Amino acid sequence: MSEDGILHGTFFMNGDVACAEGAISAGCRFFAGYPITPATEVAERMSERLPHVGGVYIQMEDEIASMNAVLGASWAGVKAMTATSGPGFSLMMENLGLGVILETPCVLVNIQRAGPSTGLPTLPAQGDMMQARWGSHGSYEIIALVPSSPQEIFDLIIEAFNLSERYRVPVLVMSDEAVGHMSEKVVIPEISPENLMSRRRPDVPPEEYLPYKADGDLVPPMAIAGEGYRFHVTGLTHDEKGYPVMTAEAQDKLVRRLVDKIKLNRNDIIKCEESDVEDAEIIVCAYGITSRIARLAVQQARNEGIRAGLLRLITVWPFAEERVKELAKQVKAFIVPEINYGQIVLEVERCAAGKASTVLVPHMGGSVHTPHTILNAIKESLQ
Amino acid sequence: MGIREIRIAGFGGQGVVLSGQIVGQAASIHDKGFATLTQSYGPEARGGSCTSEVVISDEPIGYPYVQNPNVLIILSQEAYTKYVNDLPSDTLVIIDPNLVKPDPSQNPAPLAIPATHMARELGRVVVANIIMLGYLAAVSDILSPKALKKSVLTSVPKGTEEFNAKAFELGYNYGLEHGKKSKSKADG
Amino acid sequence: MTSTKTPVTLEESNIESFLRMDRMPHIWCAGCGIGTAVGCFARAVERAGLDPDKVSLISGIGCAGRAAGYVKLDSFHTTHGRALPFATGLKLGNPELNVVVFSGDGDLLAIGGNHLIHSARRNIDLTVICINNFNYGMTGGQMGPTTPIDARTTTTPYGNVEYPFNAPYLLAASGATYVSRWTVMHPRELERSIAEALVKPGFSFVEVLSPCPALYGRLNKESKGLDTMHTYLKRSVIRNGADPKDAEIGLNGPILVGKYVDIERPTLWDCCKQVFDRVKEKKSK
Repeated sequence: MSEDGILHGTFFMNGDVACAEGAISAGCRFFAGYPITPATEVAERMSERLPHVGGVYIQMEDEIASMNAVLGASWAGVKAMTATSGPGFSLMMENLGLGVILETPCVLVNIQRAGPSTGLPTLPAQGDMMQARWGSHGSYEIIALVPSSPQEIFDLIIEAFNLSERYRVPVLVMSDEAVGHMSEKVVIPEISPENLMSRRRPDVPPEEYLPYKADGDLVPPMAIAGEGYRFHVTGLTHDEKGYPVMTAEAQDKLVRRLVDKIKLNRNDIIKCEESDVEDAEIIVCAYGITSRIARLAVQQARNEGIRAGLLRLITVWPFAEERVKELAKQVKAFIVPEINYGQIVLEVERCAAGKASTVLVPHMGGSVHTPHTILNAIKESLQ
Repeated sequence: MGIREIRIAGFGGQGVVLSGQIVGQAASIHDKGFATLTQSYGPEARGGSCTSEVVISDEPIGYPYVQNPNVLIILSQEAYTKYVNDLPSDTLVIIDPNLVKPDPSQNPAPLAIPATHMARELGRVVVANIIMLGYLAAVSDILSPKALKKSVLTSVPKGTEEFNAKAFELGYNYGLEHGKKSKSKADG
Repeated sequence: MTSTKTPVTLEESNIESFLRMDRMPHIWCAGCGIGTAVGCFARAVERAGLDPDKVSLISGIGCAGRAAGYVKLDSFHTTHGRALPFATGLKLGNPELNVVVFSGDGDLLAIGGNHLIHSARRNIDLTVICINNFNYGMTGGQMGPTTPIDARTTTTPYGNVEYPFNAPYLLAASGATYVSRWTVMHPRELERSIAEALVKPGFSFVEVLSPCPALYGRLNKESKGLDTMHTYLKRSVIRNGADPKDAEIGLNGPILVGKYVDIERPTLWDCCKQVFDRVKEKKSK
């Protein structure tokens, strides 16, 4: 550990711990959470590490409180995060919406376990992917990243903070129990300050400041509490001043901007990884832990002379719509293995729009797919 | 070598997870390979069943869980019953004979090291798992003894390195003397 | 703990600089007490000598929750029941801020009840101003956690069958370091009490009884308009230092007002700082 309390070097650590270290490296200095398997280790690590970097850990009375405390801390100018799993994620949904409408940068980690309800607390699933997109009421856009290894959790937490500060939106990191609890080598580099994004602050005096007046990029500069701006923000539909306005026109203007600031910047946000897609006639589209298994299946298929490729989604929301549409012109089928009963496959199917067939390889959770299952689906789709 | 898999099974409090951690770290940091450690345990913190599994490879690891273990270290009768059936004959099974009574019909018979007893003799029963790792280094070639020892020394509490090094050597020498070197299968 | 400035009269106080006049008129009904409470709060900030730039006001949802929209402070109108955890994050994010939660009884004691007792338990340095009008006003006068037994509301048309919370008793038991209750017909006392609460380290809770003549008052045949106000004044019995156990409020009869709790206890931030010291000590060893 260096003088400033930030870790550097090569470690063998689990995904939850790597998640906490990613947050510390990203400049997160506030964590509010509630113990829940399999995300508890994130909270434990944050409680140990934050005092070393002058940050504050607080264990709240529930996940509703955790989400709100994170929003409050962000408005004090502090980078803030919470981590949870299914049941807690459900409790956070209402105030995720508050984060969206107040345009509050923060990071929310979901180490997914199998549901519904209490489900399988210690075992993996990817069942909250659509909840990540649509879980809070109303129309909005969100950013969700999906890591497939402890190293990638570390990397994507930093990316998540950067995106949240850049676009003033809560960013979700949708990991799962398998990745959260597996240990692998994690390289923690020194992150130079220019690689860490901070929200744009107002450059006008308080009397000229309009909290929700956005420039061309649709992201308004953000004042923080205590600096004399004396701003008002509300979860009600509001105008540029931040004042409530109960009209359809105000609603249209606000919600359109909240959606567009993500949608129109999607090329800057979306990240995917492709392998063997150039000549592929079958593409496996997978994310998170499942993408690792999918890679094995694709390799095996190639060994057997099948022209298979892998599209690994790193950003799941916003969805890599354009790329899938493009690939649909080239391939016979998309194979979509997920640890749920079909969620992201609906997006793939929508974008394939009948040009390529779409095959779901579902798994109800509690374990992961075997490479064999995915390979079989690849073969069947060719028949 | 392709994929190598180790499963360590016993109950909570025996250092099962730490052993897995040490093995994984040895393979992926002190050696030049890749390793993934996963673990499972019952809801009780101590005394419940506990398993750690390490997959080691020269390439990034896709499937993270153990499927066909090359090495199985068994530290409780319950784990023996659970894991020893239907094993490929080339799986190296290692037991602590004071904790596990193996099925006499098992062929080949498992390797045995009374690690818990030896640790007690040495003065601290908590190093039984380190003695076991020393033994593993001697009887199996899935990891270099040097990397494993280095990993032990960087994983134990500060100030206990010397004692743990002694424990590791003890197990290692026991392995050279009593164990038979078994070549692990390369699975792919 | 007393105020740091001499009291100002209503005429002297420059309340307009404290309000978002561009948002007037406010939405509160004629005869409602919330505006009076906001006025008392404004003067209390002045009386306590606080820099308004460093004061943040957080509200939940409901009639009282609209206060955040009318004060010219950094002000946050959050979700129903969640003002306290939001305020908790804000305060821990910047302990230099003076963070005030201004919300209603339904918001703080029902949907936000768990946050309320836990905030008091951890003694976070916040000031809560809880407007108690005995019902849910914004949604049309339904029964709430403070509705007296037998009282009529739009969801207790035959009389309320549930016992209400005794807020001062609950807060005292939960660990608040300052607990008081006044009505909006005690503006001087209320202002003084809020000023005390603002400078008091730890979790302060000021309950403000405030008539809701349009709903609760009408349904329970409290007299109209100004007379309702007088009813509250007439029913009040000032007894500072009373046992909060005795602060129950019935449909009729006397209402105890005054200061119940004013004690010293390390705040959450005091304890956080101890952790920082322990970590520093460990590092230097």
